[in-house]
Amino acid sequence: MPQEYRQILKFVDQPGYTPDLDCYLRHGGYETLKKALALPPRTLPDGRTLSGPEQLREEVRLSGLRGRGGAGFSCGLKWSFVDRKSGKPIYLICNADESEPGTFKDRQIIYKDPHQMLEGMILACYANDVHLAYIYIRGEFIEGARILNRALQEARAAHYLGRNILGSGYDLEIHVHRGAGAYICGEETGLIESLEGKRAYPRIKPPYFPAVLGLYNCPTIVNNVETLCAVKHIVAMGGAEYAKIGTPNNTGTRIVCISGTVRKPGYYEIETGKVTLGELILDPAFGGGLREGRTLQAIIPGGSSAKVFKAGERFKIKRKGPDGKETEAELGVLDLPYDFDTIIAAGSMSGSGAIIVLDDSVDIVEALANIAEFYAHESCGQCTPCREGSLWMAKALRRLTHGGGRKTDADYLARIADNIPGGRTICAFGEACSWPVQSFVAKFKDQFVARGAADEARRLANTPNAESPTGKTNA
Amino acid sequence: MNAANLQPIPSPLQEQPDFAVPPALAAQIDELITHYPKARSASLMLLHALQEHFGFISRQAVEWVAAKLELQPINIYELVTFYPMFHQQRVGKYHFRICRTLSCALGGSYQLHQYFCEKLGLDPHHHGPQTTKDGKFTVEFVECLASCGTAPVLMCNEAFYEGVSPEKAGDILRGCQ
Repeated sequence: MPQEYRQILKFVDQPGYTPDLDCYLRHGGYETLKKALALPPRTLPDGRTLSGPEQLREEVRLSGLRGRGGAGFSCGLKWSFVDRKSGKPIYLICNADESEPGTFKDRQIIYKDPHQMLEGMILACYANDVHLAYIYIRGEFIEGARILNRALQEARAAHYLGRNILGSGYDLEIHVHRGAGAYICGEETGLIESLEGKRAYPRIKPPYFPAVLGLYNCPTIVNNVETLCAVKHIVAMGGAEYAKIGTPNNTGTRIVCISGTVRKPGYYEIETGKVTLGELILDPAFGGGLREGRTLQAIIPGGSSAKVFKAGERFKIKRKGPDGKETEAELGVLDLPYDFDTIIAAGSMSGSGAIIVLDDSVDIVEALANIAEFYAHESCGQCTPCREGSLWMAKALRRLTHGGGRKTDADYLARIADNIPGGRTICAFGEACSWPVQSFVAKFKDQFVARGAADEARRLANTPNAESPTGKTNA
Repeated sequence: MNAANLQPIPSPLQEQPDFAVPPALAAQIDELITHYPKARSASLMLLHALQEHFGFISRQAVEWVAAKLELQPINIYELVTFYPMFHQQRVGKYHFRICRTLSCALGGSYQLHQYFCEKLGLDPHHHGPQTTKDGKFTVEFVECLASCGTAPVLMCNEAFYEGVSPEKAGDILRGCQ
């Protein structure tokens, strides 16, 4: 029986669990921070000595933690890229911009357990010699920003934050910075521009790798809310222990958000890779299956920018066994273990952990039109392929869903989508807007062509000046 | 050419001749600026603070923020036009932001948008902000509000409503007096 494995959400939703400091302390809060700040230097067998912060970084590296924001990049590696010799201050930003359609996990942490996130953030700051950090929270989380500000005040008053934290000599200040409704702020370099008070135009890499040239051109770490919570648990239990949760190279827990046409939409924390996509959608412990009389049509496995899976698809997946040997297995879409590597191997991504389920009642063309409308609205407008392409795709889909479609629209859409990604744009938004179009049109092409053909036939029948069956026009 | 003949470029921003920042708000703003090593970083937070107080961002507000942060007005104006949450026009006393994106659409957000528009005499096919003639209500479709598991969702001013059925929508509307 697949089960939830609640680590980050352990206390969230328990009766009587409140977001205030007292409640957090009653549940063992800030104990990990106390221990971490008191860590004595450790001498390694080779004679090197690791300071407290270096030991924390080592634990995070050992844990194998991968970023929970969408890219799934190794957190330990990200931290290791930080330029520590520049003499400039190092900044850390908690990315709480949660805006990938389908995702609503960070909201649960921010609103219901803000101190857990703060403790993880303070630990991450201590580990990386950060003395000034920001929480970039999406503008629509108005109450969330208030909750975080309250939590910050409580933490300051209790000396978990501010000058000389718990007498350790370590200083740290954290401020809340509110976005204002732009999806692109979730992209880390766009977020940094926004935090500098500008339009959130992503920066080009190289040279603007945040670890070297981030906020104010200083080394900067941007970590997702869930990632920072995981850091707290890694420091508490040790990296090696943490790595035993989940599956190799896909360690720890993930909070999966299930929405769309399932009986029990919601957020579920699982051991990464220990639960399959099918179990997440159908099992009573998770999504609870489709509604009465419905059959599965498609699954978006990792936020709206992830490539869609069609019901019944099968994949040849290479997997490493416990002995390190690679074997190839053929798996149906519902049998794919939900982890980073498997979903990538199947041609999509688990992204931000957001699964959107589409049953047979959903109009596939409408669904893609909805997604395309989102990306057309949210393209920052900096790079021509994305700015123009996202709008052209939305326009073609708008006509397909409003009776003005053409038979050739499917090919037209695919051609535009193929010409946006692949290094033609500064940031990954180019990929994000074209992947859904490429995959929907490729996997459901008959539906797109049929819609366009039906529109053409209707227009022909309704137009008095239409071409006659003999090919002669009345005009 | 005689300078007197030159027409000023019309500002698309609304005028607010009586714009004045009360002392408490000014103090709050000064405190916000201290959060950042560079004052320009505070621009979004200042715009939020002014919009929460005045309900929208006027030409005077843009110029005031620019002066406060020692920037050009264009540096602030370009933020107001980029970030969807900033209003260049006054919005109604009750501002409904209905999530339009996929999971909410599957949950009935288009019907919800239509319901509010029809009840309030607005155009259900218009996605952007629309305000009733009496200035009481604004209805707007917005993109994903990050609560896809409880679709459809909407915000009424700062309040957040989940799983908004037509009955619940009626209750929310009746509660706006």
